[in-house]
Amino acid sequence: MARVIKAIKFELLSPQAIKKLAVMKVTTPEVYDADAYPVKGGVMDPRLGVVDPGIRCRTCGGKFGDCPGHFGYIELAKPVLNVLYLKQIKILLTLTCPECGKLLLEKSKVRSDAERLKAEPPKQCPHCNAKIEKVKFEKPYTFFRGNKQLNPEEIRAHFEKISDEDAKALGLKGGRPEWLVLTLLLVPPITARPSITLETGERSEDDLTHKLVDIIRINQRLAENLEIGAPQFIIDDLWELLQYHVATYFNNELSGVPPARHRSGRPLKTLAQRLKTKEGRFRHNLTGKRVNFSARAVVSPDPLISINEVGVPLEVAMEITIPIKVTSHNIKEMRKLVKNGSDVYPGANYIIRPDGTRKRILPENKEEIAEELAEGYIVERHLQDGDVVLFNRQPSLHRMSVMAHKVRVMPYRTFRLHLAACPPYNADFDGDEMNLHVPQTAEARAEAEELMLVEKNIRSPRFGGPIIGATQDFISGAYILTKTGTKFSREEAAQVLAAAGIYMDLEKEEYTGKELFSMLLPDDLNIEFKAGFCQKCDKCKKDKCEHDAYVVVKNGELVCGAIDSKAISPFKGLLLDKIDMEYGHSVAREFLDRVTRMCIRALMIRGFTISISDIDLPQDIKKEIKKVVKETYKKVDGIIEKYRKGEITPYPGRTVEETREDLIMAELWEAVNKVQDIIKKNFTETDAMIMAKTGARGSLQNLTYMAGIVGQEMIRGGRAFRGFKGRTLAHFKKYDLGPKAHGYVESSFIEGLDPIEFFFEVMKGREGIMDSSLKTRVSGYLERRLVNALHDLRVDYDWTVRDAAGNIVQFVPGEDGIDPAKSSWGKLMGGA
Amino acid sequence: MGALSNRNKSLAVVNIKKDIILNHELVPKHEILSEEEAKKLLEELNITKKQLPRIYASDPVAKILGAKPGDIIRITRKSPTAGESIYYRVVVKG
Repeated sequence: MARVIKAIKFELLSPQAIKKLAVMKVTTPEVYDADAYPVKGGVMDPRLGVVDPGIRCRTCGGKFGDCPGHFGYIELAKPVLNVLYLKQIKILLTLTCPECGKLLLEKSKVRSDAERLKAEPPKQCPHCNAKIEKVKFEKPYTFFRGNKQLNPEEIRAHFEKISDEDAKALGLKGGRPEWLVLTLLLVPPITARPSITLETGERSEDDLTHKLVDIIRINQRLAENLEIGAPQFIIDDLWELLQYHVATYFNNELSGVPPARHRSGRPLKTLAQRLKTKEGRFRHNLTGKRVNFSARAVVSPDPLISINEVGVPLEVAMEITIPIKVTSHNIKEMRKLVKNGSDVYPGANYIIRPDGTRKRILPENKEEIAEELAEGYIVERHLQDGDVVLFNRQPSLHRMSVMAHKVRVMPYRTFRLHLAACPPYNADFDGDEMNLHVPQTAEARAEAEELMLVEKNIRSPRFGGPIIGATQDFISGAYILTKTGTKFSREEAAQVLAAAGIYMDLEKEEYTGKELFSMLLPDDLNIEFKAGFCQKCDKCKKDKCEHDAYVVVKNGELVCGAIDSKAISPFKGLLLDKIDMEYGHSVAREFLDRVTRMCIRALMIRGFTISISDIDLPQDIKKEIKKVVKETYKKVDGIIEKYRKGEITPYPGRTVEETREDLIMAELWEAVNKVQDIIKKNFTETDAMIMAKTGARGSLQNLTYMAGIVGQEMIRGGRAFRGFKGRTLAHFKKYDLGPKAHGYVESSFIEGLDPIEFFFEVMKGREGIMDSSLKTRVSGYLERRLVNALHDLRVDYDWTVRDAAGNIVQFVPGEDGIDPAKSSWGKLMGGA
Repeated sequence: MGALSNRNKSLAVVNIKKDIILNHELVPKHEILSEEEAKKLLEELNITKKQLPRIYASDPVAKILGAKPGDIIRITRKSPTAGESIYYRVVVKG
C-alpha cells in the first residue's frame, strides 16, 4: 500500500526558518570579480549550488545534477511589506487594536475574507478604550492610519502584539502576523536561476539574479545612510526604493507599480511570472509535458489500407525507432538492419550495449557495429510495417480518440487514415493533423494491440453500436451496388471483386450487385431489417417491398433489399453490428475493409455526380409550391386578424402573444412540410436524391431548401423580432406581423433569396456560429471537469468501482455490470 | 380539535412525513443492516466502513429509520438497466 499523506501545511516563512534554510548571508551586490570569478558573499557565490558540470558543490559536495542548490539570505536594513499579502495586512491592520493588538470586532462578524475586508471597526477599542483611527490603503503598497503614513516598522510593531488566536480568527492560515513584514529575504539557489553563456563568451544572468542584485545594492546604500545618520527624507526615499525592488522581485505585474525592466526594455520575469499563466511552471512544465517517440503530421485519406492501419511517411519511419533485444533468433536480421545503417530503410539508428552505453550507427562505423553485435544487445530499429503505434486526434474526449494502428510505411509526407476510421476521431482531411506515439516495450505493444486496436473499438461504449463504419461515397456505392436492377458484366464483376480482394473464376456472363455483395458476407449469416429509406407503408410487404427497403440476408446471401447507412454506417449499421457481434472483431474489420473498397469500385464503374438539374423542379410543381405558400399566408393573416380582434385564447401558461406566435409558426412549418412532401413525391432517383435517402450525405430537408422553400428562419428559438421599434427592418410597416416581416423565406436556394430574406438568413447563420462556438467551449469545460472528477475510478477485481484510495463508488459497475462496449445497444449480446 | 397535545402533534407530523417520504415513488427502499449483515458485507468487500459511500444521519430517510452514525443502510433501487440494484451507504454524522 502506498503511504497516505495525512496533511500538508502551508505557512509563512519565519525569519528563523529563513536562517535555518540558508547556508550563507548574501552581503555584496558584486557578482563577479575582475577575473570573472564569482564574488564570495555575492548572489552567485559557489556555496549556493553548482550549475557547471564537473565542479563539486562547496556546501554539500554533490556534483552538478546531484546538488539541488542551497538557499542564502539577505538581511534587510529596514523591513518591507510582503506585497503578496497586502490584503491580509489590511485586514489585520483594520480589525485589531494598534495599542493592545486585540480584536476590534466579534469573531462571528468576520468569517470570510470578503466580510473582513468590508467590516467597519468601532471608533474605540472595546478592550483598552484606545481611540481607533481609520486605516486607509493606497495603491500600490502604502497604508495610512488617519492621515499618518504607516511605515513597515510600525506595522510590524503592531502585528507583534496580535495573539495567535486573533490572527487565526482573521484568516491567517499559519505563522505569525509580523512575518508578513519581511526582515530577511530568502535568496534562491543558483540552480533556480542559472546564468547562460552566450556564443560570444558573454555571460547573461537570469532575471531573478538581476533583481536580487538590485535589492542588495539598494539595501547596502540604505544601510550606509542609516550608519552615517543621513537625513530622514533620504532614508525614506531609499526605503521606498527597497520596497519597490522587493515588491517587483515577488511580482512584476502589480497594478500601480511600473514593472522593473531589463536594459533592453523587456519587463523582468520575476517569481510570480514564473509560476502564473499558461506559460508558467504549472501549466506549461508540470501539467503538460513533451514526449519522445512521437510524430505529428497532416492526415489524408486512403481507402485502400485497412482500417487497422495507418500510413506512415518513410521520413517518420526512419526517425522513430523501436528497441529490439538481440537474441539467437533474430541476430541475423538485426545485423542486416545495422548494416543498412540509419539512412537506408529498413535500418537502425542506435545500438545499446549490455552495459547500457548507446552508440549511434553512422555510415563510417556500421560494419564495425554489425560485427560487434551479440546476444543481449539492443538495436533501435526503424519503424516497419505491422508495428503497433498509437494514433490520436485532439480534442481527445473519447477513449476512441486514441487507438492503436498497425504501421504501413508509405511514400510522401502525410499520415494516411482509412475513411471508416474517421468518425471516432471526428477527423476530416481539410488540414487536420494527428499525433502518433510508438510504444517502446513489448508489454506496452501487447496491451495496445489487445485493447486499443481499431477493430476492437468498432463498438462504442457510448451506445453499444458501431462507431466505425462506412460513410459518404461508400454508402452511395453500397446502394448502387446492391439495389435491384444493378447488373455487372463478367469483366466489371471481376473488377469489383478484385477491389474487395476476391480473385476467382467467374462462370456467369452477368452478375447482379446483390450477388457480388453477398460474397463478402459470412456463409451462415442471417439477418432481416428495414433500410433507412423505408417508406413506412401502412402495411409492410416485407421481402416483397417495392422500394427495395426490406433487407433480408439468408445464409450469407443478400436476398432482397438494398444496403444503405442503416446497414453499414457508424452509429446505425445493423449489419455491421451483427457481424461484429457474431463473428468477432477481425471478421468485422475485414468485412469493412472489403465492403468499402468494393463499394467505391462499383460507384466508379457507374459514375456518380450531382448537378443543378438533380434538384430542379418542373414549372407546374413550382406553381404548386407557390400555391401552398399563398394558402398559408392567408391562414396566417387569419390568425393575425383574430389576434388584433383579441379573439385568441392563450394556451395554458402562455401569453396571448406567445400563443399567436405558436399558431403562426405551426402554420408556417406546416407549409414547409407540405412542400417537402411534394418534392419527395416528384423527385426521380437522381444522384442527389440517392445521397439523401441512403444517408450518404445531405437530407431531404437540404434538398427542400434548395429546390422548394427555405422556410422560417428561427432566431433565438422563434421568429425575428429584434431591430427597430415595432419592426425588424425599415422596409416594413410598424407592427406588421406578417410572415415576410419576421424572417419567412419563401424562396428556394435555386431561385435565390431577395435582400430581405438574405438578411434573415444571415441573422440565423450568425446565431449558429455564436451558438456552436459557445457550446463547444461550455461543453469542453464540462467534459474536463467530469474527466478530472472521475479519472482514477476503476473496476476492481471484485467488480466494485473504486477510486484511488479504495473508496467504493458503485457495487456493480453501471448497476447492471454490462460493459457497454461489449453490449448491443446497452443490452447483453445475443439477447440473453 | 385541540385534542392533540403539542408532543402528539409533532409525532403526528413525523408520522405523516414518514408516510409521505417512504411511499414517494422517487424514494427507493432503505433498510438498516443488522450487525451480522454489516460485518459480512465489510468482510466480503474487504473494506472498512470509511470506504463505503456515505449518507448523512440528517438525511430525511435516515432520520425516519432512526439510523445512527456507523449504521449501514441497504438501498434497493429500481434501475432502468438492471431492473433492481442494491447499494450500501454508511451513516455519518451530519
